[in-house]
Amino acid sequence: MNIDTGHPPETAAAGLLARAADRLRRFFDSDIFHSFRTSPVTIAAFVVTMVCFVAAFFAPWLAPHNTNDVATLDLMNAFLPPVWMEGGTWDFPLGTDEQGRDVLSAIMFGMKVSLIVGFASVLFSVVLGVGLGLVSGYVGGRLDHFIMRVADVQLSFPAVLVALLLFGFAKTILPRAVQDDVALLVLIFAIGLSNWVQFARTVRGSTMVEKNKEYVQAARVIGRRPLAIMFQHVLPNVMGPVLVIATISLAIAILTEATLSFLGVGVPPTQPSLGTLIRFGNNFLFSGEWWMTIFPGVALVALALAVNLLGDWLRDALNPKLR
Amino acid sequence: MLAFIVRRLFQSILVMLAVGFIAFSLFNFVGDPVNNMVGIEATIEERERMAKALGLNDPFPIQFARFAGNALRGDFGQSYRLSVPVEEAIGERLPATLELVFVAAVLALAIGVPLGVYTGLHREGAVSRLLLTTSLIGISLPTFLIGILLILTFSVWLGWLPSFGRGVTVNIGWESNLVSWEGFRSIILPSVTLCLFQLTLLMRLVRAEMLEVLRTDYIKFARARGLTSRAVNFGHALKNTLVPVITITGLQIGSLIAFAIITETVFQWPGMGLLFLQAIQFVDIPVMAAYLCLVAFIFVVINLIVDLLYYVIDPRLRLDGGAARAH
Amino acid sequence: MRSKNIVIGAVAAAFIAAGTAADAKTFRYSTSGDILGLDPFINNEGPTNTMKSNLYEGLIHRAWDLSLHPALATDWEQTSPTTWRFNLRKDVKFHNGNDFTADDVLISLDRIRLPASNMTFVVSSIDRIEKIDDHTIDIVTQYPDPTLLLNLPNFWIMDKEWLEANDAFGLEEGAVVKTFANLNVNGTGPFMIEEWVPDTRTVLVPNPNWWGTPWHNLTRAVFTPIGNAATRVAALLSGEIDLMYPVPLQDVPRLESTAGVQALQGPELRTIFLGFDQHRDELLDMPGTGKNPFKDVRVRKAFYQAIDINAIKRVVMRNAATPTGLMIAPGINGFQPDMNDRFPHDPEAAKALLAEAGYPDGFPVTLDCPNDRYVNDEAICLAVVPMLKRVGIDVKLNAQTKSLHFQKIGRAEQWNTSFFMLGWTPGSYDAHNPLQQLMTLDGEGQGTWNCGRFTHPRMEELTDLIAGETDVQKRTAMIREAFQIHKDEVGHITLHQQALAWGIGSNVKEVKQRPHNDVDLRYVMMN
Repeated sequence: MNIDTGHPPETAAAGLLARAADRLRRFFDSDIFHSFRTSPVTIAAFVVTMVCFVAAFFAPWLAPHNTNDVATLDLMNAFLPPVWMEGGTWDFPLGTDEQGRDVLSAIMFGMKVSLIVGFASVLFSVVLGVGLGLVSGYVGGRLDHFIMRVADVQLSFPAVLVALLLFGFAKTILPRAVQDDVALLVLIFAIGLSNWVQFARTVRGSTMVEKNKEYVQAARVIGRRPLAIMFQHVLPNVMGPVLVIATISLAIAILTEATLSFLGVGVPPTQPSLGTLIRFGNNFLFSGEWWMTIFPGVALVALALAVNLLGDWLRDALNPKLR
Repeated sequence: MLAFIVRRLFQSILVMLAVGFIAFSLFNFVGDPVNNMVGIEATIEERERMAKALGLNDPFPIQFARFAGNALRGDFGQSYRLSVPVEEAIGERLPATLELVFVAAVLALAIGVPLGVYTGLHREGAVSRLLLTTSLIGISLPTFLIGILLILTFSVWLGWLPSFGRGVTVNIGWESNLVSWEGFRSIILPSVTLCLFQLTLLMRLVRAEMLEVLRTDYIKFARARGLTSRAVNFGHALKNTLVPVITITGLQIGSLIAFAIITETVFQWPGMGLLFLQAIQFVDIPVMAAYLCLVAFIFVVINLIVDLLYYVIDPRLRLDGGAARAH
Repeated sequence: MRSKNIVIGAVAAAFIAAGTAADAKTFRYSTSGDILGLDPFINNEGPTNTMKSNLYEGLIHRAWDLSLHPALATDWEQTSPTTWRFNLRKDVKFHNGNDFTADDVLISLDRIRLPASNMTFVVSSIDRIEKIDDHTIDIVTQYPDPTLLLNLPNFWIMDKEWLEANDAFGLEEGAVVKTFANLNVNGTGPFMIEEWVPDTRTVLVPNPNWWGTPWHNLTRAVFTPIGNAATRVAALLSGEIDLMYPVPLQDVPRLESTAGVQALQGPELRTIFLGFDQHRDELLDMPGTGKNPFKDVRVRKAFYQAIDINAIKRVVMRNAATPTGLMIAPGINGFQPDMNDRFPHDPEAAKALLAEAGYPDGFPVTLDCPNDRYVNDEAICLAVVPMLKRVGIDVKLNAQTKSLHFQKIGRAEQWNTSFFMLGWTPGSYDAHNPLQQLMTLDGEGQGTWNCGRFTHPRMEELTDLIAGETDVQKRTAMIREAFQIHKDEVGHITLHQQALAWGIGSNVKEVKQRPHNDVDLRYVMMN
């Protein structure tokens, strides 16, 4: 700790606490929090997002059934309707699917996989895409050509093929025992890799515009280093479209995960994700068992909506130009 | 400028070679085409003869070299599934997809951009909020579900529009759905399904950019100079939102041409996406290889156009990278 | 390709001229995939074969109920154990007007035997065909073949002059050239091809010069592949097509309750089963233990008895399945009704058997399963997982698309599986075929899909004997013995024969449902 500050340790701790409290106070006084507090839509979106996270990560304690434990499944419980319909029971509030799985519990367990894959893959593509886009747009020249041609190669491979390739490689180089553990990582990389280009190209385009503006030239004149200019001056001014695309991509990433599981890539069908639940349920749209696809669908819509609204708010709140 | 374009087209060859190389390394993992071709009853000898004839026993760099060599001579091989030359299989389907994407892109641009401007100008309006929310529901549902719901409504229930296929096409140099009403009926549902995501993305992008630009000094200055709000909104503000919008539109059009797989499957639209999906399912390696290279070329061209458009919008953007070296 | 589009109407009208335009009966039907080609000797694939059988004929025709009838041969007799005399039908013309003669049969035999042919298996027992005169031939087999007649319906006869005139005799491996015979048709069948636009439509019109009396009353048939099941159902409901298959089982009640649409269900010939790796000394999922529990018949039987086939039938298959104890379906030559019972579902007995075998706490295993090949394949596997879990077995499900599945469990990856799902329809309609392909290993062409490498010395022996035994009683006794061994040894877990489900619109008056899950246009009648 801060031994050389000359203060006794208790005082240092108290100081730290005071500083933290100060920061907290400043946060609550800040424009960001103010804009949050005064926007009921944002608060609602925040609550919905939190509910999704809590339901997903505390599912083993909160869910009425452990749908990932296959021993609890009984075919005799299959196709039960939601509780308010004839034949429904409180044991399965939102009904059951064709394996006798409780739809509510399955949504909660499935949400976890979807959240992890969705957020991690979008984050991965944003970091990769924004970084490369900034460099490409700012430096220009041969490096720009090279990065953009790599991007063109990447664009030619949809997530499905990237996943097959990564999974194939993983299967040949990794021992059988750890293959299951990396399945989720493979999914995240596959979806992330197939999405980074749109961030890179968007940021590159905006950077090319920004770097000719006075403030960048001013920073250059006073001798700031290129990396500092890129990340401290240019980046905040090109993040607007990035946030829009990122928040929209979340729902797409979650649905892509379901497409990939069809190829036997990723999570096993005994532990369905939100997307996989929707995919299974699709088969029962005509036959009247609508709850198998509609409820997971509603959960995904609610999550996507909340995240997008939060993204809108965050963009407005963080944007230096809008303050 | 010309030198720039020529150089870019030269680079496209490198891109296509890289795509081809990766594609062939990928084909080890997509399954066994032989089973699909000779039938499940075939003997081991028949299988091995087939695998040998197709060159499947060679390591992938050799398979790739053979493909690249033949491709340079204009021979892309023969589809395993359709038994026709690959260029013929792709050529037949290209018009179907291009027409579909054209209609979808027009819809997305014609609706998405004005709505984006509107929601940007009326930031707190109830209509804006409603538009932003409902459009999100549209993209959070899987394309499959949207397509089927449209079919149920407009084909089964109302009986207005066909549920599958291209219906009646007219040959105008290619098979077209756009020149007769009978043909156009068939393209409505798939193109609406296809445009929803683009539309939402464009609307939100334009809105976000409008919000920023409208607050910048020079817009305030333009207003202060007494320009009409119409001139300000569209002449100045919108133009400045265009760089990201054009970038994304280009990318989206590219991926629609290449990978409109789900929409084309749901509507049995005989286009490139359907061809590609069936190629994956059947492990039709020649089609996949040529197809991926073609897609690479499409993206290179689209991105070239996008870069040229940057220059049109803002001539200060130097395309050849000279700007960077000047400092 | 050859798209005619708007002109189609005019062309069709020309053909309809034979009848009156007023009772034009166009039959529009659809299934999930397009045909692979039109050459009768390339691509041995169910739906493709069925399309070809509308266009081409063999010496014998297999009717919708699997019975055999004279076609290009009017009658036949066995003149020695290895010689069959066939009298050929006179006054038969190919679609282009050429006469059908013995020379056409001879050249067809030569062509089907080309190395690149995928249909060689249907004539595998034939040594040669001798031409007696223009309308009489002798088929000489290499050994007494009890299944010769069963195989002849898929030996389609092509026209010698047409093959020669178009230089279309040759076949190249892998269809690496665009062959004339794969895109054009000249058969003797009751239908002629008008156009084939891959993945879009195949249009057929009746052959006005067909030798037989048609049962059907079609003037035109349009086949459209629609890959997506939901779209296919919607197209039927909206009246855009008259017949579609397969109907997803869960949608059958919906079709039944819709006016103007009905569902037609019947048994299929395909048997669905699970198999185990009985070959490796160490199970793939138990590295380092040196053990393969599946080598113990008690373990195999425990798995069998842990699975509640009736629950699967009732819930997953919505009763559209027939649980089976044999590897072949009723209708296949050699089926033994009294041997078709299964070991009872008994989890307690299963646990006891596992404990006895030394696995009281079970063991881990991966179940390989296709998810787009058989009716509700993935759902069946998903239902099996908890059933096995209840007797202590930890099953990890690996469900994937068929190309990857068959590659993994097949020879391509050296049978990279411990526990798998597979379905089989005997191409020869005879019990010998599954014995040879699924249940034995030794010998040429044997055990192609014996992915678990089950083997038993007596069964190897019996399978060879059954191939050449023409005495029906002796042959049946041997088939019974082989089936009994397979059952005692629990070589596979037989599950069920899935049911066919076709959706039919109100324009169709009657259609005969073949157990192949394909439409033979001979058996369609419109209102």
